[in-house]
Amino acid sequence: MNPRRQRRLAAVGGAGLLIVGAVALMLFALTDNIDLFYTPSEIVEGKDGVKPTVGQRLRIGGMVVPGSVSRDSESLEVTFKLIDTGPQVTVTYAGILPDLFREGQGIVATGVLAEAGVIQAEEVLAKHDEEYMPPELAEQMKGIKHVKPSEGSYE
Amino acid sequence: MWKWLHPYAKPERAYQLCSTLQPYFFWPAVLCILVGSVWGLAFAPQDYQQGDSFRIIYIHVPSAILSMSTYVAMAVAALVGIVWQWRTAFMAMIAMAPVGAVVTFIALFTGAAWGKPMWGTWWVWDARLTSELILLFLYLGVMSLYGAFEDKQQAGKAAGVMALVGVVNVPIIHYSVEWWNTLHQGATISKFDKPSIAPEMLWPLLIALLGFALFIAAVTVMRMKNEIIRREYHRPWVKEMVQSAKETNHAV
Repeated sequence: MNPRRQRRLAAVGGAGLLIVGAVALMLFALTDNIDLFYTPSEIVEGKDGVKPTVGQRLRIGGMVVPGSVSRDSESLEVTFKLIDTGPQVTVTYAGILPDLFREGQGIVATGVLAEAGVIQAEEVLAKHDEEYMPPELAEQMKGIKHVKPSEGSYE
Repeated sequence: MWKWLHPYAKPERAYQLCSTLQPYFFWPAVLCILVGSVWGLAFAPQDYQQGDSFRIIYIHVPSAILSMSTYVAMAVAALVGIVWQWRTAFMAMIAMAPVGAVVTFIALFTGAAWGKPMWGTWWVWDARLTSELILLFLYLGVMSLYGAFEDKQQAGKAAGVMALVGVVNVPIIHYSVEWWNTLHQGATISKFDKPSIAPEMLWPLLIALLGFALFIAAVTVMRMKNEIIRREYHRPWVKEMVQSAKETNHAV
């Protein structure tokens, strides 16, 4: 390689390193802001020592605790508990739930912290995992039976 | 080691190479996309959770993976153009940019269409979705920067720098689902572990992926040929080529 090319290659490499470094620092500084949601244990125990305050708008992501979903028979009001690895958080929501919402499912809810450990949600989104398999296999492996959303029951 | 590559710095040789490669990319691409999508959309089994809606994976995943691969390929072309000052490298770069932009748009669009029934929303500002949107803007930036200069060698340098800077976004897209909490799920096939998808669903996906890759390659070489002709139309070899093409036409 002739010296001019070498010089250009070094310049490009040096600039590249600087940019990677700058972006890495930026992302590291922004880590908390890029996270889409709090987990239930972060809501109860705080994240990096900072607990969310009552009235704060936030997102929470966790697993719907099996058996915790209760519907109001008069309205669309629904209450359920979310869990990750630690304590549980109660979510109340009035509205239509996404198709994938069921017990044991990961969900993300946006809302306001109404009181410690209770979130009044305005939007509930379902998260799905990265596993894809036919229903028969899922039944064998996980004991999960595919229920069509229209035939689902949350009671 | 790389000496065999050097002749292709000449537009004439690059043009010939593109012409040779084009049918080998195009026809297998058509075949793979047909087989992959028909198999995936009609014959692969339903998903245990998502039912039939998961089938959009056969469009979404190939386009999302290849939007990143195309960007890396474009950036390599930009690097060669900047360091070795090959004009053909910049032509390859700008040939890939719009193709990559379209593929990125397809990934975003199919993702939104998939997100609405499954997640319950078209769009959410999580790390994966946002970084993929930035990828689209990077492609558009490279294209408009290239278009903004009258002198195309200068344009190639400016757009090349932008393409190189943007490479930093590619690992961010890939690892976004691991580094941060996102609504988007983790990687299914592009990980070192065993893919978390049943084999009868995986095969059509891999075929569709190969088909998309070949199709992008085919469109790239077609655009590359156009770009070479656009930049070289006053050169003798182009005139000769047009002349001989005319003659064969007359003979027919």
